Amino acid sequence: MKDTDIKRLLYTHLLCIFSIILSICIPSFFLENFSILETHLTWLCICSVFVTAVNLVLYLIVKPNASSKRSSISYKVTRFLKCCIYFLMSCFFFHVIFVLYGAPLIELVLETFLFAVILSTFTTVPCLCLLGPNIKAWLRVFSRNGVTSIWENSLQITTISSFIGTWLGAFPIPLDWERPWQVWPISCTLGATFGYVAGLVISPLWIYWNRKQLTYKNN
Amino acid sequence: MRLGSGAFAACCVVIEVLGVALFLRGFFPAPVRSSSRAEQRAEPAAPEPSAGASSNWTKLPPPLFKKVVIMLIDGLRDDFVFGSKGVKFMPYTTYLVEKGASHSFVAEAKLPTVTMPRIKALMTGSLPGFIDVVRNLNSPELLEDNVITQAKAAGKRIIFYGDETWVKLFPKHFVEYDGTTSFFVSDYTEVDDNVTRHLDKVLKRGDWDMLILHYLGLDHIGHVSGPSSPLIGHKLREMDSILMKIHTSLLSEERETLVPNLLVLCGDHGMSETGGHGASSMEELNTALILISSAFERKPGDIRRPKHVQQTDLAATLAIGLGLPIPGNSVGSLLFPTVEGRPVREQLRFLHLNAVQLSKLLQENVPSYEKEPGFEQFKMSERLHGNWIRLYLEENNSEVLFNLGAKVRRQYLDALRTLSLSLSRQVAQYDIYSMLVGTVVVLEVLSLLLLSIPEALSNKAELEVPLWSPVFSLLFYLTLLVLSALHVIVCTSAESSCYFCGLSWLTAGGVMVLVSALLCAVVSALAKTFGDGKFLSKNPAHPKPRWSELDVLILLGTMGHVLSLGASSFIEEEHQTWYFLINTLCLALCHEIYRNCLLRDDSEPQQCPHVEEEFIRTAAALQDRSTGCDTLEPHGVSRSLTSLDTLRGYEKWMVLASPWVILTCCRLLRSLNQTGVQWAHRPDLGHWLTSSDHKAELSVLTALSLIVIFALVQRKCSLTSKVALALGLLGVYCYRAAIGNVLFPWQRDSKDISKGVIEARFVHVFVLGILFTGTKDLLKSQVIATDVTIKTVGLWEIYSGLVLLAALLFRPHNLPVLVFSLLIQTIMTKFIWKPLRHDAAEITIMHYWFGQAFFYFQGNSNNIATVDISAGFVGLDTYIEVPAVFLTAFATFAGPVLWASHLVSFLSSETSSGSALSHACFCYALICSFPVSAYIILVTSLRYHLFIWSVFSPKLLYEGMHILITAAICVFFTAMDQTNTKS
Repeated sequence: MKDTDIKRLLYTHLLCIFSIILSICIPSFFLENFSILETHLTWLCICSVFVTAVNLVLYLIVKPNASSKRSSISYKVTRFLKCCIYFLMSCFFFHVIFVLYGAPLIELVLETFLFAVILSTFTTVPCLCLLGPNIKAWLRVFSRNGVTSIWENSLQITTISSFIGTWLGAFPIPLDWERPWQVWPISCTLGATFGYVAGLVISPLWIYWNRKQLTYKNN
Repeated sequence: MRLGSGAFAACCVVIEVLGVALFLRGFFPAPVRSSSRAEQRAEPAAPEPSAGASSNWTKLPPPLFKKVVIMLIDGLRDDFVFGSKGVKFMPYTTYLVEKGASHSFVAEAKLPTVTMPRIKALMTGSLPGFIDVVRNLNSPELLEDNVITQAKAAGKRIIFYGDETWVKLFPKHFVEYDGTTSFFVSDYTEVDDNVTRHLDKVLKRGDWDMLILHYLGLDHIGHVSGPSSPLIGHKLREMDSILMKIHTSLLSEERETLVPNLLVLCGDHGMSETGGHGASSMEELNTALILISSAFERKPGDIRRPKHVQQTDLAATLAIGLGLPIPGNSVGSLLFPTVEGRPVREQLRFLHLNAVQLSKLLQENVPSYEKEPGFEQFKMSERLHGNWIRLYLEENNSEVLFNLGAKVRRQYLDALRTLSLSLSRQVAQYDIYSMLVGTVVVLEVLSLLLLSIPEALSNKAELEVPLWSPVFSLLFYLTLLVLSALHVIVCTSAESSCYFCGLSWLTAGGVMVLVSALLCAVVSALAKTFGDGKFLSKNPAHPKPRWSELDVLILLGTMGHVLSLGASSFIEEEHQTWYFLINTLCLALCHEIYRNCLLRDDSEPQQCPHVEEEFIRTAAALQDRSTGCDTLEPHGVSRSLTSLDTLRGYEKWMVLASPWVILTCCRLLRSLNQTGVQWAHRPDLGHWLTSSDHKAELSVLTALSLIVIFALVQRKCSLTSKVALALGLLGVYCYRAAIGNVLFPWQRDSKDISKGVIEARFVHVFVLGILFTGTKDLLKSQVIATDVTIKTVGLWEIYSGLVLLAALLFRPHNLPVLVFSLLIQTIMTKFIWKPLRHDAAEITIMHYWFGQAFFYFQGNSNNIATVDISAGFVGLDTYIEVPAVFLTAFATFAGPVLWASHLVSFLSSETSSGSALSHACFCYALICSFPVSAYIILVTSLRYHLFIWSVFSPKLLYEGMHILITAAICVFFTAMDQTNTKS
């Protein structure tokens, strides 16, 4: 593990944060009366698209694990399709979990689903980019002492912090402050976004501080 | 003395209950009282003030009305009369309000909006304390000065029909009465017919002066189907026709006697949007109040919005109207429009009487009453009044007299308003000293529990309790001395009354000995911990065991819940916290299971064996290596892997699916009862099931639930109790059919509804039988001392007896809660706790969490209104205090109690180690007493919060009850543990 790796990690993460900021700023030039709270669903879509695009581009440029030997077109296509299916499945999975947590079953379905989409964007998309459609690898990364590189380590941190952000985001809902952002699912999506950004910021720093202690199996 | 940690914890919780009781006594202040009791009030009425020339009017003014009829409709909120519903369903009342000789008001009730305190407020004019809610059930005789007692003393003949509460409040006051009981909420026609049937007869007779009618039907409809139900309209129309009947009969009588009568239509409290009451929403506080009399001016076309007044104002008005002295504790002011038609001298006289009474009450309750603005205003208007009287007696210029009279009247009204306001704000202060003593006891117990964690959760599960050494230590005597000195100083200098000072010296001394002994114990435990800490730091041989994710979650969840109690919204919506926590718990369990199952193949011996030690046990493990030898469970990850390895294919799939099944169950239960405040009005399955259109569905569901309950519970029972259980469950269905909740398939129309006493008693017999069999088995296991299975069976039988009792007491639509609770317990036992081999502490805390969640799944909330008091009357003919209180408490806390008893039977059957039960008892005590102690401190610091009465106080009562039940559970645990160690 070298410092250059950490630097690359930091730059990619900064780009991701930048993409989120762009998703807030750019639409207001094109769309009238765009704001995060009032046209929340539009923002969710735009943010999700931006973050996905940036993640894909970064993955193609940086190639953190340049491993796969078979690189025929058909293999890549099936892999890509598999990723898409996984993404959709994770959206539905999150949707189900939100309903289990008490989200309304029939009303506000679109809101809940878009919330699931944005959470999948923050968590599943980086996983798919880095690990591919391989559940075992995912489980390995998310269990204790399972990470094998700084990329996986940062993935672990950002994903967990997005989840924690979402989880904490549900707390203000019962409070009687009557603010516009307490409406389902705005506080949760904002929580997820803050968690994701926090994860992006924290993970390079954390890895940098702990670079002496971190030893990975493969390198 | 060495004590098992279970016994130690039980003792601690019992002491804590004492502390909490003391705190509660200090926290709920006694209401504003006049020092003179009702009997002693023979003092003459205040004479008219006079300046110089003496006035000859010293007697009470004569009554304004000959007869008074009070028609009290339970739950009559203001918009039922003044809103669109009133226009639609109460045409006669609307006519009277708009065009007739009447005065209409919106009377604002104070908390708690429950019937008995409201009746008291209406009749005494005082503000009953919050604690009156608790006494609501066995309303004792009202000893305070009130209108009814005064009327009786004045020789008025009073007749009463309606809610029994009145008969209990005013025994021997009525020459004729017929009480109806208010506990069969599902009946809303007969309660009112029982009142109305007397009406024709009574109205024809002329031998009474006061008639009180209390109609319960409207409130019952509200409880069953809410304020927007079509039944409300029917009921209002019925009430309207009754009002018309009374009014016409009074009018026809007036034509003969030429003396005006008074008809009062009022509500005691309102009705929330869900149909309950007890809290402080506007709908619950605002009630209609209409005074109708031919003495009032007609005001055609004068449609104003009714004025807002206080409910307590009625007592003073009634007293004036009947020519009685105003009740001494009344904080209300006269409703001036009622005397507007009288001559000015009388008007001023009435106002003066009221002001004198209020200022006297102020003098008795406020030390610095002379500085109160109301008192100054009163003195000034009294002086002016005297001047007016002098002018009047001198028969001065009429215009000057009139102008001065108007000024005096205005002054008096201002003074009355200010006095009344400052009195109702002056609900007596908190008894800080008692609160402090209670808090100190609770905190000392909590710190003792916290400090003894390492020892109590060690493998031996025993700890040294220094019982005698503190008694001889210097610290003990010093503390005792200081405390007694403090006690003397506080009690001799206290201005307001103090409960703890009122105790006898022996009791107070006992409490002080307890406080100082606990202090010594805490200090010695602290010293021991620090000594051990030094010892430990010397040999850092043991690696620090890491906490698993589950432990972190449990710790954070507990802390988070305690912190959330500081916000009123989180208390109102506490169910959301628990649902959220158990969902997260299930997902964490799911993660653990999947990791263990799926990663088995490629998990090489891991670098860091992560020890699945409960967070509390970490310290224990550190300390107890010397006694070492973890007999109860092997260490490391390997153990959970091996246990999962042995599972066959089908079971493995069940293990994988179980968290999702549990999550689905919880989601279904969540939509069964909407509770809390913000989302309580949402439609839920419970309301859908209980509506009368869906009786067939409810019957099928009930039958199905009972069958599933039998299937789930009977597995581990002996044959006798199996039969008893089956018959008992059958009896439950018969009971529900008898009270009209469900139907038999052969029964087409619902026949007449009975109380179902026989059926309920039938079930009670089987409950007692099963409990008795269980106890017998437990005793046998103690005597024979060889067979562990007998004990397991016995515990399970006690558990199933409780399940049967809960099935009987639950609301009809709540049987699925019981079913899902049993289902989740079975799934957790089979597929999660056994294969993953959690330790006793973790299992205890999970049980506690689920118990709390099920408390809310039942439809409870932190609001008094959701307590199902009808459960206290199952199988009883009349109200008998002890069983009624016991049954209500059990029905309310059925969730936590059932989970706790499942915990006992699970631990004693599954774990081989002897210390599991005492560990569990200790953890249970700790985790229950932690929120209580934190909440006591929170409430003390928030005691001037706006929502202290509506949100924090009910929660405090719930917490007090919870710690009491926890104490009972811990004692039961310890008893089981004792039999265990003996065998």
